[in-house]
Amino acid sequence: MKSLLPITTVVLAVLAIWYVAAATLNADLQRDAYANAGRTDYSTAELIVDSLNMERPKLPGPHQVASEMVKSIVVISPTSKRSLVYHGLITLEETLIGFAIGAALGIGLAVVIVSVRWLDRSLTPWLIASQTVPIIALAPMIVVILNQFDITGVAPKAAIAAYLSFFPITVGMVKGLRAPDPLQLDLMRTYSASQSQTFLKLRAPMSAPYFFASMKIGAAAALVGAIVAEVTKSEDGGLGARLLAGSYYGQTVQIWAALFAAAALSAVLVGIVGLVGRIAEHRMGFVR
Amino acid sequence: MTETASMFRPAADGFGSPRSPEPAIEVSDVSLRFETRDGPVHALSHVQLKVARGEFVSFIGPSGCGKTTLLRAVADLETPTLGDIRVEGMSAEEARLKRRYGYVFQAPALYPWRTVARNIALPLEIMGFAKPEREARVKKGLELVNLGGFGNKFPWQLSGGMQQRASIARALSFDPDILLMDEPFGALDEIVRDMLNQQLLRLWEVTGKTVLFVTHSIPEAVFLSTHIVVMSPRPGRITDIIACNFPRDRQLEIRETPEFLAIANRVRHGLRAGHSYDG
Repeated sequence: MKSLLPITTVVLAVLAIWYVAAATLNADLQRDAYANAGRTDYSTAELIVDSLNMERPKLPGPHQVASEMVKSIVVISPTSKRSLVYHGLITLEETLIGFAIGAALGIGLAVVIVSVRWLDRSLTPWLIASQTVPIIALAPMIVVILNQFDITGVAPKAAIAAYLSFFPITVGMVKGLRAPDPLQLDLMRTYSASQSQTFLKLRAPMSAPYFFASMKIGAAAALVGAIVAEVTKSEDGGLGARLLAGSYYGQTVQIWAALFAAAALSAVLVGIVGLVGRIAEHRMGFVR
Repeated sequence: MTETASMFRPAADGFGSPRSPEPAIEVSDVSLRFETRDGPVHALSHVQLKVARGEFVSFIGPSGCGKTTLLRAVADLETPTLGDIRVEGMSAEEARLKRRYGYVFQAPALYPWRTVARNIALPLEIMGFAKPEREARVKKGLELVNLGGFGNKFPWQLSGGMQQRASIARALSFDPDILLMDEPFGALDEIVRDMLNQQLLRLWEVTGKTVLFVTHSIPEAVFLSTHIVVMSPRPGRITDIIACNFPRDRQLEIRETPEFLAIANRVRHGLRAGHSYDG
């Protein structure tokens, strides 16, 4: 547990900076509030404490976000539309479906690109172009177009999640499937192995570490995609919808609580992929 | 076998054993040119060579003399620009497709996600051997290279010498007639190398395979071979072929004998004569 000290130090430093920033940013707002109430007899300490406990601050204090999270995760029933668990599950569903589609698409594209030489040159520019379009501009189009075909609900959001997650998986898997060195490939040639044998017995297992690294990025990207999609189409709920609602009504505490919930969800997803990866790599002999 | 009298018989221009009419490997006037950014490189120039079945032929020469290229051309890993290579009467490509040779590279090139046993089984899987047959052959292979009990280890758990032994077992697992070895012991220390040389010799004696062996080491070449092919660079060519008729069950001690030293000297002279110091 040698890492405990540095981790604690960093967390405390972040909290300290956050408190200073919150008090500084909110002080003017709080002074206006005092003026409106006709108060002039406040001390500096009072100003700081009140700045950190406003209902609609510019930047809420950490304890405000924490208590909002406790309230909306633990206290409020998960069936309520004010519960972060309710919205988190919606986002999770879209993320997982989108991630599954994105992973299948990403791996499929990588296999095709590595196997068919001319496809590399003709396909790759399009894949790169697809990722240079800002997703926030593209998401509403996808929702509208899919709506035209009566595809609504989870599907359009999963599609946007897949759209964001397939690309890092393709890039990582192309690199992984090309990872065998010339010697290892020559060896297959001396056995006069077929292309599919070389793929199954050399390229695929060789790409395992790249696969898990790509899947981590892909999972995080799918979550971002799902949230962006929810901002576009907020009536179905989800953490993105929660963010949007918070900004409509100036509920900064609610926004920050939703942000942290999204970050936690992302960390859990990436953590699970990482754990599975570590176990698999260990069993495959990659980890010493 | 007592061949002391014929031990210093000079090599003929090309050589072949009378016991088999068809040579294991026949290289006829082979030239091979690589096109590089700095212009063409003449890796091989008009190479002639016949290797009879069951011989152990070493290739020795300075870097860039084309010894590895020649071995790779025999294995159909490179294609000659000119000339013809026959392996057991077939073209090099046919011989590769028919899996007539096992190739041992400079590095063990074991697949890190496979245990030693499964690495040895790799060619057997590819060639479609049934599972019981695979297991039997892997067991035999592990014992052949003194790695019994290490089958379930991953490559990184083995020393360099053990890894290279595993790669030799892998090359022998499907029982090819020919063994092509490209400086297999180059990265190992002297003691390990001596031990592996003896093991290899015993293996060759037992299996009767034709071995082509690329090396940098004069003692290694003299100790192992029935013939030593001396090569020289720019362009890569054969400058001398030296017969080396020690008995097949030779021991390390023969390296102290005057006969051994005489052959080593001839190899050394051949290397020096062909060595250009302009590069």
